[in-house]
Amino acid sequence: MPRNPLDGRGRLRVRGFGSDEAAADAPATPDSEADADAPPTDRVRRGWARFRRDRAAVAGLAIIALMALLAVFARPIEVGGVVVQPVALAPYDPGASGVAPAYLPPSFAHPFGTDWAGRDVFSRVLYGGRYSLSIGVIAVGIALLVGVPLGAVAGYVGGWVDETIMRLVDVLYAFPFLVLAIALVAVFGQGFWKLVGALVAVGWISYARLVRGEVLSVSERDYVLAARAVGASDGHILRRHVVPNAIAPVIVQATLNVGTVVLSAAALGFLGLGLEPGTAEWGSMLSAGRDTLVGGEWWVTVFPGLAIFLFVLSINLVGDGVRDALDPDADTDRFRTREAR
Amino acid sequence: MSLRRYVVRRTLLTLPILLGVSVLTFGLVKLLPGTPVDYVLQFQEATPELRASLRAQYHLDEPLWKQYLLWLNDVLHLDFGDRVVSDRSVSAAIAERLPETLVLGGAAFLIALLVGVPAGVVAAVRRGTLLDEGSRVVALAGIATPNFWLGLLLILVFGVHLDLVSVIPPVAPILAPESLAFLVLPAVTLGTASAALFTRLTRSAVTDQLRQEYVRTARAKGLTERTVIVKHVLRNSLVSVVTVAAVQVAFLLDGAVVIERVFSWPGLGRLLVRAILQRDFPVVQAVVLLVAVAVVVANLLADVLYAWLDPRITY
Repeated sequence: MPRNPLDGRGRLRVRGFGSDEAAADAPATPDSEADADAPPTDRVRRGWARFRRDRAAVAGLAIIALMALLAVFARPIEVGGVVVQPVALAPYDPGASGVAPAYLPPSFAHPFGTDWAGRDVFSRVLYGGRYSLSIGVIAVGIALLVGVPLGAVAGYVGGWVDETIMRLVDVLYAFPFLVLAIALVAVFGQGFWKLVGALVAVGWISYARLVRGEVLSVSERDYVLAARAVGASDGHILRRHVVPNAIAPVIVQATLNVGTVVLSAAALGFLGLGLEPGTAEWGSMLSAGRDTLVGGEWWVTVFPGLAIFLFVLSINLVGDGVRDALDPDADTDRFRTREAR
Repeated sequence: MSLRRYVVRRTLLTLPILLGVSVLTFGLVKLLPGTPVDYVLQFQEATPELRASLRAQYHLDEPLWKQYLLWLNDVLHLDFGDRVVSDRSVSAAIAERLPETLVLGGAAFLIALLVGVPAGVVAAVRRGTLLDEGSRVVALAGIATPNFWLGLLLILVFGVHLDLVSVIPPVAPILAPESLAFLVLPAVTLGTASAALFTRLTRSAVTDQLRQEYVRTARAKGLTERTVIVKHVLRNSLVSVVTVAAVQVAFLLDGAVVIERVFSWPGLGRLLVRAILQRDFPVVQAVVLLVAVAVVVANLLADVLYAWLDPRITY
């Protein structure tokens, strides 16, 4: 079989930890065929039932929910002068310097200590979730909105449209994720939306590639050919057959990519290239880095990093769980079920 | 198709990609506000004569396509112009930093392979046991740990508390003993995520191989389990591991950019970040281009290696 040497190559992403390659190639079993015919709601319900059985994934989801709640309720939120969220779980303003002497070790008043400017690290870590979580979700969301339609069009229309889109994807794939994001931030500058823009510009290509591949393989399936033979329209085939079957791997990839994006955003912050310096973002909080360690102020480094670690670990657990839940073969294949545990 | 023809065809396929990469790298700097002259002058006042001579030097009075071709010609001769912050050439700066990054990346790669592959084999052979579970948890943690945080924690434990290693790079040649001692922490930090990926990949490859019929045959003819695993299963599994290993170049380069900052490692990544903060765009352009070319070449090697290692594949 001719193999396009560029397919499936490129940079290695943080992906699942199961046998995803094998799962993708596995022939459809009766269970997955049943799923393909089932109404979407039924599919979601069965997927959720499978997800719930994965204790690690549920724990990950709980941690993410908790971190999101803490971030939302860390400080009051005002929209146009109206307070929509009055709760303040963070004891201090995350941006306020000099709330205490600099470099106080953890204590009852300052559970995570204070940093060089006398800012409360605990408040900053709680509040910092807002940046990491929103950057992760928004950047992945927009990347999906760009990549999925482009990939679907490339796969379905084919011809020069496909060539144009996929050659652009190939070129972008040549740049390592972080290096390209750094270069884009260098050109367009710092700030929340510029950072999101850079992460989207780098991130959409993986969805385009994935969706194109899925669309190509689904279009060749017997049931699509049959639908076409009985006169179904392109729109009907796309909606009823192609999209529902192509969407599962996209959801898995997107979930896992939230982790990659959050890590990248934190790395940019650490390098001083993400948000404005001094922002209470987890990565930026680590940029003082080594100097504070040598001074013995370990808490400035340990707690924000722990927050990133916990979040990314949780999102990876959820992504694994979602993959196993959406891959119906996992239930029938003894090997894979054991792997999923 | 013969292997040779495949290699030629695959190599030719990289040319349009390399062309696209060069256009993008060239265009990136064109998107900057201001012209290269402004950056060379650091937005200071200058005489019209100086401006005019700089404009001529950067071919700014030519049409864009001609600027690109002139730039490409220079680049193909490894001439990336002069640095903005000093009179040194960009090529000299890169030539000085490149070996540092290669040593760091190479060491990290070795660590990742030497840890990841055996761990993956053990996990696959002892599938479902506590050992397998443990390796999964460690690998998951390895992937989720921000590498710069891991580096800082290692400095905290081994550099500050235990005082085993120096926290600043020694002034010594790359391969001197004190330099190698300092290399340990950055290399471990950089290699951790790759080791985790290799573990999972090897495990899944070995698991797939263990289901093959030739394994049953090998066992049936009375080979010891050790021989079956090492001589048959591992060899076949390594095909996929080796090819992914080549693709790790991009992953390691990304990591190096961050970790070089953590350990003040004088490599390309540090040069890149510094150059961005100093708006030294010829350097940014050159490093980004170099990195992208390295990735394209690594992918090419990965595909060729794959074709060479697995004779069943026809193209």
